[in-house]
Amino acid sequence: MSAAITDSTQIPEKPARRQPVGLVFCCTILGAAAQILMKTGANRMANPGLLGMATNLPLMGGYCLYGISTLLLVLALKDGELSLLYPVIALTYVWVTALSFLIFHDHINPWKLLGIVFIVAGVAVLGKGGRR
Amino acid sequence: MKTPIGNMLLVLLASFIGSFAAVFMKSGAGQLRQGWLYMFIARDPPFFNWRLASGVGLYLLSSYFFVLGIRPPGELSVLYPMVSLGYIFTLIWSRIFFNEPFTRVKFIGLFMIVVGVFFVGLGSK
Repeated sequence: MSAAITDSTQIPEKPARRQPVGLVFCCTILGAAAQILMKTGANRMANPGLLGMATNLPLMGGYCLYGISTLLLVLALKDGELSLLYPVIALTYVWVTALSFLIFHDHINPWKLLGIVFIVAGVAVLGKGGRR
Repeated sequence: MKTPIGNMLLVLLASFIGSFAAVFMKSGAGQLRQGWLYMFIARDPPFFNWRLASGVGLYLLSSYFFVLGIRPPGELSVLYPMVSLGYIFTLIWSRIFFNEPFTRVKFIGLFMIVVGVFFVGLGSK
């Protein structure tokens, strides 16, 4: 009887550990979108200054996305290891490179491509380690 | 290298502050109440989640220095790798403040990311 009880209490000890990495993953997509919006906003900034910034819709949208992305990061940090999650933020470079290629038609050279491959591989290694 | 030393110091400062921002955010996240709407209201007295607030404040400060640091004539190929130094700082702080173990998986993953960020910087002329 007591053995059955210890058995049932031991089952929920393995929580789904992948969720925090997934949250940081979403956080980097939002962060990259925020950067693209801010860049768009900066490009069409008519008059610098506080009023010019406040009426700049893409810029403000970018700040809002940054806020949401920070919120997701905090939620992820609540359940996950900092040393594992923090480097995953580097995925932002991957999305920004891809989005600048698609939207601003920035060039992708072999160096950037190689960098992206390394970052994605590194994040995959960390993500795998987070599952254990 | 044409990157002025001032730009390098600004970016280094930004990644240093950023690593502490992460520490404060992690520490504040532990004090979060159940719903995320209570962002800055801690579970225990004095209820204001000053750790989380300082974390967000430091994060903003860090991005301010970062933006100052990556202005021209600073070269991203030099400055981006300095950003990834922040990941290494954070690895150390995580062990000191949260007793998170150093593992081989973390070292390998981090090394690959640092190399990757270096290459992205190299390609961003």
